[in-house]
Amino acid sequence: MSIGQLAFAVLAGMIPLSYMLYRLGAGKARASREQGATLHSQPGHYGWYAVIGMAIPAMAVSVLASLLHLTGLYTVPAVMLLVAVLTVGAGGAWLALRAIRPDLRARHAVEQVIHWLLIAASITSILVTLGIVLSVLFEALHFFKMVGFWSFITGTQWQPDTAFLVGAGRTAEGVAEAKFGSLPIFAGTFMITAIAMLVALPVGLFSAIYMSEYASRGLRDWLKPALEVLAGIPTVVYGFFAAITVSPLVVEAAAAIGLEAEYTNALTPGLVMGIMIIPFISSLSDDVLNAVPQAMRDGSLALGTTHAETIRQVVLPAALPGIVSASLLAVSRAVGETMIVVMAAGLRPNLTWNPLEGMTTVTVRIVDALTGDQAFDSPLTLSAFGLGLVLLILTLVLNLISISVIRRFREKYE
Amino acid sequence: MNSPAMQQPHLNKDIRRRYRKERRFKGMCIASIAFALVFLLLFFADLINKGYPAFVQAEILAEVNYSETVRDGRYRTAVDHKLRKIISRGWLRTLPLYLEDHPEKVGTKETKWVIATAEVDQYLKGHANRLKPKYRRLIDQMKDEGKVRLAFNTYLFARGDSKMPELAGIKSAVIGTIYVMFLTMLFSLPIGIMTAIYLEEFAPDNRFIRLIEVNINNLAAIPSILFGLLGLAIFINVFGVPRSSALAGGLTLSLMTLPVIIISSRVALESVPDSIREAAFGVGASPWQVVWHHVLPLAMPGILTGSIIGLARAMGETAPLIIIGMIAYIPDAPGSILEAATVLPAQIYTWAGEPMRAFAERTAAGILVLLVVMLSLNGAAIWLRKRFERRW
Repeated sequence: MSIGQLAFAVLAGMIPLSYMLYRLGAGKARASREQGATLHSQPGHYGWYAVIGMAIPAMAVSVLASLLHLTGLYTVPAVMLLVAVLTVGAGGAWLALRAIRPDLRARHAVEQVIHWLLIAASITSILVTLGIVLSVLFEALHFFKMVGFWSFITGTQWQPDTAFLVGAGRTAEGVAEAKFGSLPIFAGTFMITAIAMLVALPVGLFSAIYMSEYASRGLRDWLKPALEVLAGIPTVVYGFFAAITVSPLVVEAAAAIGLEAEYTNALTPGLVMGIMIIPFISSLSDDVLNAVPQAMRDGSLALGTTHAETIRQVVLPAALPGIVSASLLAVSRAVGETMIVVMAAGLRPNLTWNPLEGMTTVTVRIVDALTGDQAFDSPLTLSAFGLGLVLLILTLVLNLISISVIRRFREKYE
Repeated sequence: MNSPAMQQPHLNKDIRRRYRKERRFKGMCIASIAFALVFLLLFFADLINKGYPAFVQAEILAEVNYSETVRDGRYRTAVDHKLRKIISRGWLRTLPLYLEDHPEKVGTKETKWVIATAEVDQYLKGHANRLKPKYRRLIDQMKDEGKVRLAFNTYLFARGDSKMPELAGIKSAVIGTIYVMFLTMLFSLPIGIMTAIYLEEFAPDNRFIRLIEVNINNLAAIPSILFGLLGLAIFINVFGVPRSSALAGGLTLSLMTLPVIIISSRVALESVPDSIREAAFGVGASPWQVVWHHVLPLAMPGILTGSIIGLARAMGETAPLIIIGMIAYIPDAPGSILEAATVLPAQIYTWAGEPMRAFAERTAAGILVLLVVMLSLNGAAIWLRKRFERRW
């Protein structure tokens, strides 16, 4: 019996046991009330008190055993663990049942435990962030020890193909040294992001202006969810659409004006990604445009401006911080987008200004490095964590700038 | 001095210019929104157009001869030799095993509809194919005799992945998706709702709590692929969860869904007015009783709506699952959460990489299934909100 199955069996066994203890505890409290005693809490609280009395020691023993197992110090035999959990649980239950008297403040005890459970749940999110940062940072440091941070940031050549030979200790056999210069990869990422923003920013912004300034309320209630469908479509579907439908169209269109395009060009994923992030810009901008007070529009219109002039010279400047912040969020979404570029952009790192050539991105290289069958500690696999670290820092910085733009430049209207 | 009347033509010209600009501006706005909506329409039309043929499949009426040679492994002798190249070899290969399970059938013959190869299928549907002219003529002739048909494609739903497009189905991916979504729900829903309750109802206003709040917002903005790196480094390498398993996928996706559930649950809890809490405190309820008996039931529709939307998003997620190895070739549905599994989006990704035309068709069909499920989940969430929403 593996530890996993054992944990499952213990948990499954605890549910009927808990039910039994709940009935026992509540029953005991009810019995003493029938004898005329005044209970401090409701009978249910005494029931839960008994359950907690059993569960906390039993859980503590299981957690201790799994910690010992994970750290490799000592693996408790399954049967022994089962016996230990049952004994400690039964002991706790017995003590708790004995402690149940009419004047026991069971509700306070139960609510204290709930309170701590809620705090523990809240700390999980901190642990997740710590986990992401530490796991990426730790492996990335490993990688930078092998490759060197500056050659990673400033190098213009990404040739990891011989990394496995180095990993196997065969550097001296005249193989070309693996190169991990990430410049072409970031160039590709920024190129595709820039194309996406060129599509999403005007379309999203004009759509937001239409929804908040021109459309009737009924039309707006219908248009906004329709646009948001674009953000709800799984990215793998966009990737398929880009690779199968858009990419041949781009190649044909380029041929029609006398240009030659590769099938895995940077333009295709850029265009499709741009359409995907339209709702990020349109919905957020629509919200900030709506927050601009009507009095400002009325004042401007009363001076004799046209509707468009009012929007351009009064409403948009007032809403600018919100729009900038929405765009930054959209950029961070585009930089971290994976499936569209994996399926439609190239694998070849390529430092070029021509969007019709294939380019690769950070996320593509991460996926490529981790889907191969290389050992986990080879430089190629670890390069994924180096790239992941840069991606993490980039998105966090974009997010923080976007929050501070909103905080510092937002006009306060009454 | 000029009289106003003398300025009139000049003024008119200026105003006309400004109103032309106004119309142009409004036109741009309408064009943008039309662009997005037309794209949406074309996008769905293209997918439906590519995917719907996969819901039917070519079948051939053939006499299947359950002889002993077939049972002993020479399965190709089961059908007439001129049909051998147009009947799916993968299906023929299942015959010896079938006869071992049904020994009473050995020595009998049966005329039934059997599945054709993908090339025949594509030829019948009028798509590009590599069927030899000799077989094209044969198929045309059999079509006139009514021995070839396009029937509802049960294989798409009843079978797992296969290297032969005519036999490839989404069953194992669907079961993997159900496992992963169940686990995601199991982990993320309680932790997410508990966090939201704590932050909204109990937490004191101090620096630590503000740190948690900023942190949750940051977590929501982290690219999904980084959650895959976390899953690989922590769950698989440190905790020893089996690679490619539904458990690893469920854990990773639940961390990704957590911020969405927390944020939407907080909004739902926040919208419950304070008068409810004050009234409950007034009759002597403890803080937890206030939340459990009064606030939570009122916030539940909002919490559920947000959670369904978050889970639907997790269901369409592919990138983190690729990182933890859930793109393995899985012909049979996984038996437990520790076995290698795949999910629908990952299956779509692997099929999209197959060069054969028949796989592209099946990819689009898989996409249609995924989109229908996701859109109905989102629709259910919106219905739930409309049905139970309360304005205070």
